[in-house]
Amino acid sequence: MSGSDRISIEQGAGGRAMRALIEEVFLGLASPVDGIGLTALDDGAAIRVGDRWLVITTDSHVVKPIFFPGGDIGRLAVCGTVNDLAMMGATEPIGLTCAAVIEEGFSRAELLRIRDSMKAACEEAGAPIVTGDTKVMGRGELDGIVLNTAGVALAPRVVSDAGLRPGDRIIVTGTVGDHGLAVLSRRHELKLEGDLCSDVAPLNGLVRVALAAGGDGLVAMKDPTRGGLASALHEMAHKAGVGIVLEEAAVPVTPEVRAAGELLGIDPLNVANEGKAVIGVRAEVAERVLQAIQAHPLGRRAAIVGTAGTERPGSVILDTGVGRRLLSEPVGELLPRIC
Amino acid sequence: MPAPDATGQLKFRDPGRARALSAALDRLADRVGRPVTLMHVCGSHEQAIARFGLRAALPRSVDLLMGPGCPVCVTDLPEIDEAVALALQGKVVATYGDMLRVPGTRQSLGDAQAEGARVEVVYGVEQAIALAGRCADQVVFFASGFETTAVTTAAAVLAGLPENLSILSAHKYVPPAMEIVAQIPQSKVEGFLAAGHAAAITGWGLFEPFAARHRLPVVVAGFEPLDILAALLRLLELVAEQRAEVVNLYPRCVTREGNRNALATLWKVFEATGGRWRGIAEIPDGNLRLRPEWAGIDARRRFQIDVSHLQRAGVAPLTDQCICGAIMSGLATPADCPLFGGACTPDSPVGACMVSSEGTCRIWQHYGGRPDIGKVG
Repeated sequence: MSGSDRISIEQGAGGRAMRALIEEVFLGLASPVDGIGLTALDDGAAIRVGDRWLVITTDSHVVKPIFFPGGDIGRLAVCGTVNDLAMMGATEPIGLTCAAVIEEGFSRAELLRIRDSMKAACEEAGAPIVTGDTKVMGRGELDGIVLNTAGVALAPRVVSDAGLRPGDRIIVTGTVGDHGLAVLSRRHELKLEGDLCSDVAPLNGLVRVALAAGGDGLVAMKDPTRGGLASALHEMAHKAGVGIVLEEAAVPVTPEVRAAGELLGIDPLNVANEGKAVIGVRAEVAERVLQAIQAHPLGRRAAIVGTAGTERPGSVILDTGVGRRLLSEPVGELLPRIC
Repeated sequence: MPAPDATGQLKFRDPGRARALSAALDRLADRVGRPVTLMHVCGSHEQAIARFGLRAALPRSVDLLMGPGCPVCVTDLPEIDEAVALALQGKVVATYGDMLRVPGTRQSLGDAQAEGARVEVVYGVEQAIALAGRCADQVVFFASGFETTAVTTAAAVLAGLPENLSILSAHKYVPPAMEIVAQIPQSKVEGFLAAGHAAAITGWGLFEPFAARHRLPVVVAGFEPLDILAALLRLLELVAEQRAEVVNLYPRCVTREGNRNALATLWKVFEATGGRWRGIAEIPDGNLRLRPEWAGIDARRRFQIDVSHLQRAGVAPLTDQCICGAIMSGLATPADCPLFGGACTPDSPVGACMVSSEGTCRIWQHYGGRPDIGKVG
């Protein structure tokens, strides 16, 4: 985005600026694969192995504060990777890795708490951690702790984030904005917390029931993490060459998130989620998939929020009920270091 | 009626009624059969119009422009320079957050702060009073805002300020600015939407001489989507019937005579004087300045401020390409500006319209302008 010779914080924030950085720098590492590789900029890679797909993903976590309402960096690290696999259609993780880089002086009790939280999340997801790596850096050389997890899984079919066609319906599996606003309010001690609580959770079980209900009619998936629902929808619209009309009134938002967003001038559509999926389905299976998701404990507030169409390919049109406008794509730094 | 949701405002955001108003606007525009340009003069109106995508609910032939409705945006360079000079003299300057980034001739208040000057963000005059109470040094409240905000400053002045607090007034008075815009020869504006909260103070009767003089209708409007659509429909009717009348469509807040107590407070403390509004023109009676009897708390009279050397120094690069003035006069939109979205962004603004959350450019940058998209389904 910027012509500067230094990396800016917004280039890591999940929006347009980050995509530009990745395209400029890291796509240089890409080489052809039989399947979905680096150039697809998807949630992970999928490589054909016989009649199945090997799905691989990796994710680093740098959240501040490390402990927040509803979770902590350990739960986030496990769920982030399990969810990236699930978004490719791989709901049975074979194994995860865990690499920890820890700052000298970090509390041993907190480290154990993070370990226990990872263990609990792994049990929820049915995903074992099978290898790891540990480094300690000097005081001040990093801020607390960085966790990296990678994951592998085999899948019979791969779902990309580029599969939308005009007429497809868009499902969101629950309320949006919870994670980002919970972290933000704790970080800045805004005392807004009330019931603000991160949604961080492993989604592979929910995706499993959605895939079973939708079959080949489930055509696109993405988890709306950094940049929120707005960013995820822009990416899906852009990659598939469709326009998406989003019905604002249909998007589930808790009253707490709505109130905190209005107070802070932050649109919940732009705020990160860590336990939600955006799922594109053919119209004829939409209701069936929705009902299956709603029957899952993590999907009770799922809703059909929009439709893919031919108007304005690559854009997201927000229907406010009383008017329409283009939904802008978050450029960069709304809330740094939230996942 | 749908059940109200958590926002509790659905009565004025009801989609069915919005569609009915939009359809009525379409029918009327067809009858009028020619392009019509209307203007509102309020940042809060623009926020609602952009946020709810109301321009997409208007007929193609109706163009709705935002006029000089952002007090931060029309704060002129010398006024910023005065505040910067006071900050650099060692006074503590307390002001609204948006004012920090408005470019002055050489520096903004934010720049002065980065150099070590003491600039404090406050949300109103009460916080400036509290700051002065905690502080041994001289504090200057750099006051901006239209008559709605000026009333709060005036009330605080009448109640008595701490000895170490002065006022540097950049308050503006909207009615004369509407006169200027109405007088611009190339102006295509055929009717005005007046801001409901300002009219709550001044009363809607104030607009009657204006409407008569310029043969232009004025409709006073509230700020919810249905308030605005209903007011636009009424305004277009008045245009179609060539009736230069004032209609109050915000009667739940606005009366003909306004808030007499607030007006008495305002004029006890302030007087309207002529002055430049950034980018627009010299506006007779457009600036609100402290009356002479308040010299003791008027920063301009209490302290030595000379910024004349800055005015001779010329403006910063790019500033001469900024078309904020033309945008606020209704002669251009941000889309006509060579800097918009490129050299001028909210992160690195050239003009004040990109700084303030009430500025047209900032709002268009956030929500998009009038995209060519279809109507509500």
